[in-house]
Amino acid sequence: MSRDARGSSRPDPGTGPGSDRGPGSGIGHGSDPGEGPGPGGAASGLDAVLRARLGGFALDVSLTAAPGEVLALLGPNGAGKSSALRVLAGLVPLTGGHVRLDSRDETTTAVEHRPIGMVFQDYLLFEHMSALDNVAFGPRCQGAAKAEARARAAELLDHMGLAEHARTRPRHLSGGQAQRVALARALAVRPRMLLLDEPMAALDASTRIDVRSRLRRLLEGFDGVTVLVTHDPLEAMVLADRVAVIESGRVVQEGVPAEVARRPRTAYVARLVGLNLFRGRGDGEAVVLDARDGDGGPTRVAVREPNEGPALVAFPPRAVALYPEHPHGSTRNVWRSTVDGIERFGDQVRVHLAGPPALVADITPAALADLGLAHGDTVWAGVKASEVECYPR
Amino acid sequence: MSAPADRRAGRRTRVRAGRTPWILVVPAVVGVLFLVLPFAGLLVRAPWSTMGARVSDPAVLSALWLSLSTASVATAVSLLFGVPLAWLLARTRFPGRRFVRALVTVPLVIPPVVGGVALLLVLGRNGLVGRYLDAWFGLTLPFTPAAVVIAQVFVAMPFLVISVEGALRGADRRYEEAAATLGASRATVFARVTLPMVLPGIAAGAALCWARALGEFGATITFAGNFPGTTQTMPLAVYIAMQRDPEAAIVLSLVLLLVSLAVLGTLRERWVHAR
Repeated sequence: MSRDARGSSRPDPGTGPGSDRGPGSGIGHGSDPGEGPGPGGAASGLDAVLRARLGGFALDVSLTAAPGEVLALLGPNGAGKSSALRVLAGLVPLTGGHVRLDSRDETTTAVEHRPIGMVFQDYLLFEHMSALDNVAFGPRCQGAAKAEARARAAELLDHMGLAEHARTRPRHLSGGQAQRVALARALAVRPRMLLLDEPMAALDASTRIDVRSRLRRLLEGFDGVTVLVTHDPLEAMVLADRVAVIESGRVVQEGVPAEVARRPRTAYVARLVGLNLFRGRGDGEAVVLDARDGDGGPTRVAVREPNEGPALVAFPPRAVALYPEHPHGSTRNVWRSTVDGIERFGDQVRVHLAGPPALVADITPAALADLGLAHGDTVWAGVKASEVECYPR
Repeated sequence: MSAPADRRAGRRTRVRAGRTPWILVVPAVVGVLFLVLPFAGLLVRAPWSTMGARVSDPAVLSALWLSLSTASVATAVSLLFGVPLAWLLARTRFPGRRFVRALVTVPLVIPPVVGGVALLLVLGRNGLVGRYLDAWFGLTLPFTPAAVVIAQVFVAMPFLVISVEGALRGADRRYEEAAATLGASRATVFARVTLPMVLPGIAAGAALCWARALGEFGATITFAGNFPGTTQTMPLAVYIAMQRDPEAAIVLSLVLLLVSLAVLGTLRERWVHAR
């Protein structure tokens, strides 16, 4: 999607009013371009500290995102990521903190006056309106004339490749089409922030890949802030420029997707990205893992580079080799362990080892057959130091 | 395989659901008979030979017209006030909301005659409010067609309010949130999103309200009186006819029955099956 098509009337920070206006930019939404960025104009994009009470726990996260950036909120169900999005939208009140968007304080702005566009999990398209009227709804609410709003809606639908579905009722659209209509509807209000709540959750697996790449292209063309909520790490990796992992209402890790995937900071993130993760303390060439009850002596993990102080070590399950006896070779990390479970994992077999250290190993079915492993068997696990990622805690 | 054989095979393969318990069936059948028999009685005893002449009697037609028009106006008035009231009860929080809700349902449970007496005390010529209506505007409500409508609204509006409030509570509020994120004010959300969503509920409530208004007797006769041509609605006409000419009462009853069934049937066709 081209920048023009979105016709954003949002002023680019630092440029004067009236610049970079798309077609039909008369549809404003109360954010007067003339105001421009406030004091310290560099702080464009999203700057939010969200504190709210949600049922059983407290939400307390701070989020920032630059214009054009896609921030993914990744986390397990019930972690508070959707609630964070609802707080950003103004649908749930804050008990503390602030929401600043392009240097303008929106903390107390009513939902209907926030410069946002939101796509809900099951899209929530209005059933009694055609696709076109759904998209035209926002501009109409912002005071555009009927013809103008419909022209704008038609243009957006056209760009979404949905021109021939303009008159279709939402219930007759496929999941992917409904998602595009929902996106068009959210973009039609020329938002400065796009909020996407699990945009893929309502789609079946067969259409997901296609829809995801389409969404990615669309988000690349959007120059406002995008905040995306998902529990699917792949979705976060593909769609987002930055990932914030939320657990129990707090941000436990934040970074670019590659960093999060390589250096997880919590057990949840490690499981999501499929790594073995341990906490420990560096003592030069190795990291001594934090002892757990009944583990016996301290477990040492040899690492690539010398390391001191509190550290995390991570290595992928496929880096673990299993041996029937103590191996004689260059492998520096060798632990005796018992098999705690065996399951299929793609074209590999995942072997859970009781430890210490408790870990998972991915081996080929042939290797499993050679080893003849069964639940409770003793086995030696080896990991090369060069495969172990070590980073400060 | 022949068709009967097929059917036999079908019988063999069907899962047996177990016997329907007689302890439920017998009372159910008795209930149905109890509800249907009176109508059968009406049909059996109807003076079919003189039916045409009786139905076209100007007195019958005027009562019928009065009933239909007042019930329709009462329904319109109930919609005008009842839908916003239902919205307020379902969508806002204000002190005393539960109390207001309880008050709204009072006309459902009190005898309509009592409602008529209460209306007379308030809106009668010497009533709390009626006194000023008379003194300032020269308005006298009791014993006019307007009084018939007021009595019907008083008795029937709670049905509409309860039904619409239920529909509003059942509607998915996230659609309203979606509309709000698109810049819709609460009034716009109500008009363009909520109202279309709860339309079937409103239609059902309106039908119920209309039927209740059409059958109104107690409050009407107390507050509006029983003047042929101005306040004598069909139920009143039936009652009066019963005293002197039972056959006329049967005819009037049949007409009332047919008209209400026809109207409700049409509404149902239009609103329930269109969706």
